[in-house]
Amino acid sequence: MSLAEPTALPVTTSVSPRLHILKRFTTGFKASLPAYLLLLPSLVFLALFTYGAMGRVLIDALYQRATPKAPVRFVGLDNIGAVLADSAFTGAVVNNLIYAVGTAIPSIALALLFALALSRTNAVTSVLRAALFLPVLIPMVAASALFLFIFLPNVGLLDYYIGRLLPVLPNWLGDSDIALYAIMIITIWKNAGYYMLFFLAGLQAVPEDVMEAAHLDGAGPFQRLRHIILPELKPTFLFVTVIATLNAVTQVDHVFVLTQGGPSNATNLVLFYIYQQAVEHYDIGKASAATLLTLAALMGLTALSFRTMANREGGA
Amino acid sequence: MRLFDALFKDAPLATRGEITPKLGFALTVLLAIVWLIPFLWMGVATLRPASDGINTMAELMPSLKPTLDNIRDAWEIGDFPRYTLNTTIICTGILLVQFVTITLAGFAFARLAFAGKTLIFYLFLMQLMLVPVLLIVPNLSLVAQLGLYDTLAGVMMPFFASAFGTFLMRQAFEAIPTELEDAALIDGASLFQRIRHIYVPLSMPSFSAFAIISVTSHWNDFLWPLMVINSPDKRPLTVGLSVFTKTAEGTQAWGTIAAGTLMVIAPLLITFLIFQKRFISSFVTSGIK
Repeated sequence: MSLAEPTALPVTTSVSPRLHILKRFTTGFKASLPAYLLLLPSLVFLALFTYGAMGRVLIDALYQRATPKAPVRFVGLDNIGAVLADSAFTGAVVNNLIYAVGTAIPSIALALLFALALSRTNAVTSVLRAALFLPVLIPMVAASALFLFIFLPNVGLLDYYIGRLLPVLPNWLGDSDIALYAIMIITIWKNAGYYMLFFLAGLQAVPEDVMEAAHLDGAGPFQRLRHIILPELKPTFLFVTVIATLNAVTQVDHVFVLTQGGPSNATNLVLFYIYQQAVEHYDIGKASAATLLTLAALMGLTALSFRTMANREGGA
Repeated sequence: MRLFDALFKDAPLATRGEITPKLGFALTVLLAIVWLIPFLWMGVATLRPASDGINTMAELMPSLKPTLDNIRDAWEIGDFPRYTLNTTIICTGILLVQFVTITLAGFAFARLAFAGKTLIFYLFLMQLMLVPVLLIVPNLSLVAQLGLYDTLAGVMMPFFASAFGTFLMRQAFEAIPTELEDAALIDGASLFQRIRHIYVPLSMPSFSAFAIISVTSHWNDFLWPLMVINSPDKRPLTVGLSVFTKTAEGTQAWGTIAAGTLMVIAPLLITFLIFQKRFISSFVTSGIK
């Protein structure tokens, strides 16, 4: 469209609506230009590594190579079908669900206990908080290196101190019935102190005089917890559950260091499966299809939790 | 009981006599001790001489003949100075670029009106939901196409833009009174001068909160650098430690593994113990990073 066109017609007394919109758009754009320039650096990297990556996953999931050197060809939904038919993937999904529930519930429960016990601030509680928070800081790989010895059969820390009480010494990381639970212990140890912080912050909102009044009315500690503290902490619970779920999907470093997904895929989690497909089997199509499915599930979950949060805010 | 009374002396008078909170506290103390055992073992095993034998390796009582041999071995076998340098370069590089991108974007969202603001805001929000860790496969292909495979820059690049940091800075900038900026505007200060001399100096607490979260999370990154880095001399600490652990596990050198682990986490632990309050309040704001 030429900008000069309307001015070439002398009969036009009023500006054509189309030009009007265009003009508004250009002046709007001009006024917005400084903001766009400030946003540009961020948007470039987001475009490359977030949106671009999303698009790339979508496309890569539709293509496949017959051999690692062969050219890619369009296969439609074959990759997704192949991933869904792969027992290693479905196994990883089931493991990940057990892992998510089995790490989220205990670590959130422990976090609540810690926060309730340490809600008042003094020298003793500060030391205890720091002790419980230490695992949060260290790399998962370092935690794994320590637990490698803790779970070591016969001479390891666990067998040395607790093993004598058991009739048969379990092979913590080598037994496919136990390994996933051993992995879960590390995650609980590492994350409970992190979630504790959110509950500590949430507890600040519980009014002390209401607690005292409830006590005078004869409410015991559990009744106060049930009827005053827990309702107050509802948003915190929701928030921490979302983070715990995200962690259950994205933290797999300990699987890499301790078990490599074994024994016989008993500790294989979804992200580790994706890593295996991409790096060990060079199967980008399948890795992308698995990524796509995981992202879809996570986004559905996030949308759901946002809606619950929005409903709650609107309702209350 | 005396000790408990002292600890509960600031509890509301009415609840001071209750037993349940004290039981909960006792359980928490017990668990805090359990929580520290892996660290305790790490310290004791680091100082234990190899001559004590494998059967006492799990003993939590410190050895009577402490030695620094394990630390020396770990230092020599693992290339820890090199790994530390690489991790430091990665964390500093990411942080410096992030400071620029989040300051500029945070300012745009806090103070400027522009077309499509809501849309662009949601575009940023998307990064929080699409956890970057999950996009390792497409990002690896991109990094390879950019010619950055097996470089530290390749490890850093996906983290240069940070939605979390942008929102944090937006919040900080919004809290700054506009009168300050108006005064500078009258004096003829340019946009960048106003950001540089008014907004940035007044937002230091937010910058330090962001720095703590950014550095700890990238210090601990593992899977992504593992995929991008191939040469041994470019490994960050986490990847180096995992390789080192694999090697030392074969020879049952648990004291050396403990020493290596200690070296990897010591910088973070020391910084945490010094700036404890800061760390804790930063982590509370971090939620989803």
